[in-house]
Amino acid sequence: MNSSFLKFSSITKKIWMAFLGLFLMLFLLVHLGINLCLLRDDGGKWFNDASHFMGTNYLVKIFEIILFGGFFLHVFLGIVLQVKNWMARPVRYKVNSKSTTPFLSKYMIYTGVIVLIFIGIHLMNFFFIKIGWVESPVDMLEGGEPDFYTAAEWLFTQPLYSIVYILLIIVLGFHLNHAFQAAFQTLGLEHKKYTPAIKIAGTLYSIFIPFGFILIPIYFLFI
Amino acid sequence: MDLTLNIWRQKDAKSKGRFVTYQLKNISQNCSFLEMLDILNEQLIMQNQEPVAFDHDCREGICGMCSLYINGRPHGPDDAVTTCQLHMRKFKDGDTIVVEPWRARPFPVIKDLLVDRTAFDKIIQDGGYISVNTGAAAEANNILVSKTSAELSMDAAACIGCGACVAACKNASAMLFVSAKVSNLALLPQGKIEAKSRVQKMVSKMDELGFGNCTNTYACEAECPKLISRSNIARLNREFFCAKIA
Ligand code: FES
Repeated sequence: MNSSFLKFSSITKKIWMAFLGLFLMLFLLVHLGINLCLLRDDGGKWFNDASHFMGTNYLVKIFEIILFGGFFLHVFLGIVLQVKNWMARPVRYKVNSKSTTPFLSKYMIYTGVIVLIFIGIHLMNFFFIKIGWVESPVDMLEGGEPDFYTAAEWLFTQPLYSIVYILLIIVLGFHLNHAFQAAFQTLGLEHKKYTPAIKIAGTLYSIFIPFGFILIPIYFLFI
Repeated sequence: MDLTLNIWRQKDAKSKGRFVTYQLKNISQNCSFLEMLDILNEQLIMQNQEPVAFDHDCREGICGMCSLYINGRPHGPDDAVTTCQLHMRKFKDGDTIVVEPWRARPFPVIKDLLVDRTAFDKIIQDGGYISVNTGAAAEANNILVSKTSAELSMDAAACIGCGACVAACKNASAMLFVSAKVSNLALLPQGKIEAKSRVQKMVSKMDELGFGNCTNTYACEAECPKLISRSNIARLNREFFCAKIA
């Protein structure tokens, strides 16, 4: 990341943040779709087939580079913008703000950092196994590929892991809740008629995504 | 009503400031907040003490000079009013009122509750105008303006540049102010001609002066005494984006 990137104006950085955020939100839908294969009672066939496809398809591999690039840029810009925001008020107020604001909007950097930590753990448990950086906790499949279904089952049947996973997914939901409508505002897509619909869509999305992901540990723990 | 005031005192821009507590008795509910401070200052002068410095001018809610961060809110606990239009009936007998200056790097404290808001003037000087020679007033109907645009532009023009948006924003962002000024002109045919360069210059000045970035918390909109809408910020983003790609 060269320093000229830092010189982009605040709005340019924010527009990139918003674009990338929406892109990552689209990816989350794909990811959830694959994860829901875990709920099929087929011994993990669908899930492992999907993992195999994601791990071998060339288009997916190109997409993976864009995804990681986009993700890191989103995180990097988020930090750059936040540091400037902290610097913009060197002397804090004695009385905390009593202004009416959407509650979650004030904590985006904190929920963002928690999501980042979560993604780090998540990569260790799955993606790093795929690329061979981390050893699989369970036996490989016959063809020498990681058995992600059994790995997921192994992780999610541990109550502590599942509880932490559920809590972190809820934080992701908090992050998405504000992010969705904020992305549209940043992109200048604000309209008297459509903005209320965007807000409802954002709320539904930020409930649907965590709900979908949380179904999986609940399934492995209780069913 | 009797009040305890906790006021930020700072001798000058270079000195370290601190909060000083004052007791005030028998303040009428009908006083404005600034009149209440006038009473305090008279008492201080009588006691040979330095009066509290604070900004004000019109005291009619139109000039944007008054400021003050009162009990955690710019312009105090009432909605859509400036400090000069805030009345003591919004407080209760026995209340403690904490009064702070606007806090933002681009708004340094000059003395006590006075802050230097020249940063806003600098942003305006960097494009917040239309380049025409003034002359005799032109025939009003020569350039047609739709009613919707005229109204939106007038709504944006209601911004008095008080800086409450910056003071309220957790990031000390000036986006609401800049967006009001950009919108005000960009919505009208006369302002469209320089719209592209104006938005880029004003945003880059805003960044250069050290204001923070908008994170869409909308505290600015909640505290704006002139009810400037966040839709102006969306318009600013849109104008900026279009100016960059076109
Ligand atoms: S003194 Fe003019 S707006 Fe308050």
